[in-house]
Amino acid sequence: MSPSRTTAFRDRISYQALLLGGFSFIATALLVIGNIATHDAIQERRMENLRASLSQVIPDSLHDNDLLDSPLQYHDATGRPMTIYRAVQELQIRALAWETIGKGYAGDIRILIGLAADGSVLGVRVLNHTETPGLGDKIEATRSDWILGFTGRSLRDPPLNKWGVRKDGGDFDGFSGATITARAVVESVRDGLVFFRENCTALLEVPVIHTPVME
Amino acid sequence: MDQNYGQITKDGLWNNNIVFAQALGLCPLLAVTGTATNGLGMGLASTAVFVASALAISALRGIITPQVRLPVFVLIIAVLVTLVDMTMNAWMHDLHKVLGLFIPLIVTNCAILGRAEAFASRNKVLPSLVDGIMMGLGFTFALVALGATREILGSGTLFADAKLLLGNWAGFLELHLIPDYKGFLLIILPPGGFIVLAFLLAGKRLIDQALTRRGKPLTVVPAANQRKVI
Repeated sequence: MSPSRTTAFRDRISYQALLLGGFSFIATALLVIGNIATHDAIQERRMENLRASLSQVIPDSLHDNDLLDSPLQYHDATGRPMTIYRAVQELQIRALAWETIGKGYAGDIRILIGLAADGSVLGVRVLNHTETPGLGDKIEATRSDWILGFTGRSLRDPPLNKWGVRKDGGDFDGFSGATITARAVVESVRDGLVFFRENCTALLEVPVIHTPVME
Repeated sequence: MDQNYGQITKDGLWNNNIVFAQALGLCPLLAVTGTATNGLGMGLASTAVFVASALAISALRGIITPQVRLPVFVLIIAVLVTLVDMTMNAWMHDLHKVLGLFIPLIVTNCAILGRAEAFASRNKVLPSLVDGIMMGLGFTFALVALGATREILGSGTLFADAKLLLGNWAGFLELHLIPDYKGFLLIILPPGGFIVLAFLLAGKRLIDQALTRRGKPLTVVPAANQRKVI
């Protein structure tokens, strides 16, 4: 083909269409390959993360099962599905943990709550948030001890109407300049405790995870 | 040709620096530069995309027609960014935890499309590769400069959490410059990014002016002034 005929061919609409279509096809193929190649590794990392967070809110001494093993699929009062991880020891549920979302100052705060079977808090951790650096990020365990203050608390200590930040007449310290952030976390934990109180029979039903061999 | 590469290098790193001269890519720039470490990570990830897109586009420039070049460039860049994102998520997970939010932002970095359009689509593979590396490094330099300034002024540290990004050997980079520093929140927040960027841009102008003044004989300066008056 002479150069002019090549140009004419490349200027035709069918060439443009083929070019775009071809590139879209190659792009899709590359993404599919990339997804297949990384899917398992990404899944594994996600599990590792979850396991590491869970081990912070449920002590190892409280369970002999894998916490990620057959979690309970439940739903909260509004019907939102939630996944509850259960710590089982000697066929008894010793502790529960689940993720909840608080409405922070700058978006959602993802919080992991761990409760003992008697309804007291074993631990609370913030998984991620977009609060103001320097003010609201004191909810992270790596930056401040504040989040550890929930440990051992329950709906009896303090009573339900005292579950709030000091500014709202509650029992928990807020941060100056980031009251909304602290309030979101405190109220999420409170709601978690209330949820547990209302659903504890269903939540503590012994699951058939591993049936140990009876001797 | 050697001179040509020298010119590309100089342009990428300084004269035509993406941030300091072209003022492109400000969205990721301002979003991540709260610390020098984040800036470095974002810069390196962007450099990878700069290089890969320069290679792909200069290699394919023969078959891409001007009429559909933009969608094709966008497609190539989007695929590359997604691949970088997935790769980092799978095998550089700690870094991904720090930067994960910002990786998709690389797509919105108009500088990458800009280089594809202005350079890679008009040049051979090798010069495009050099241009991609140098533009990427220039961008990294700007990110680290901005991040370091904001980090020192805002929290009194430098390269905090560098271990997360580079591994344990990078511990020596983590400096706590000002003990008992209360922090200067404004600098860490987005407005601080704009303020610091303005000072850095002005600083670059001053350096350039000083260089030209030193490079030229003193008598030229009044002549230039005269021309401006006329």
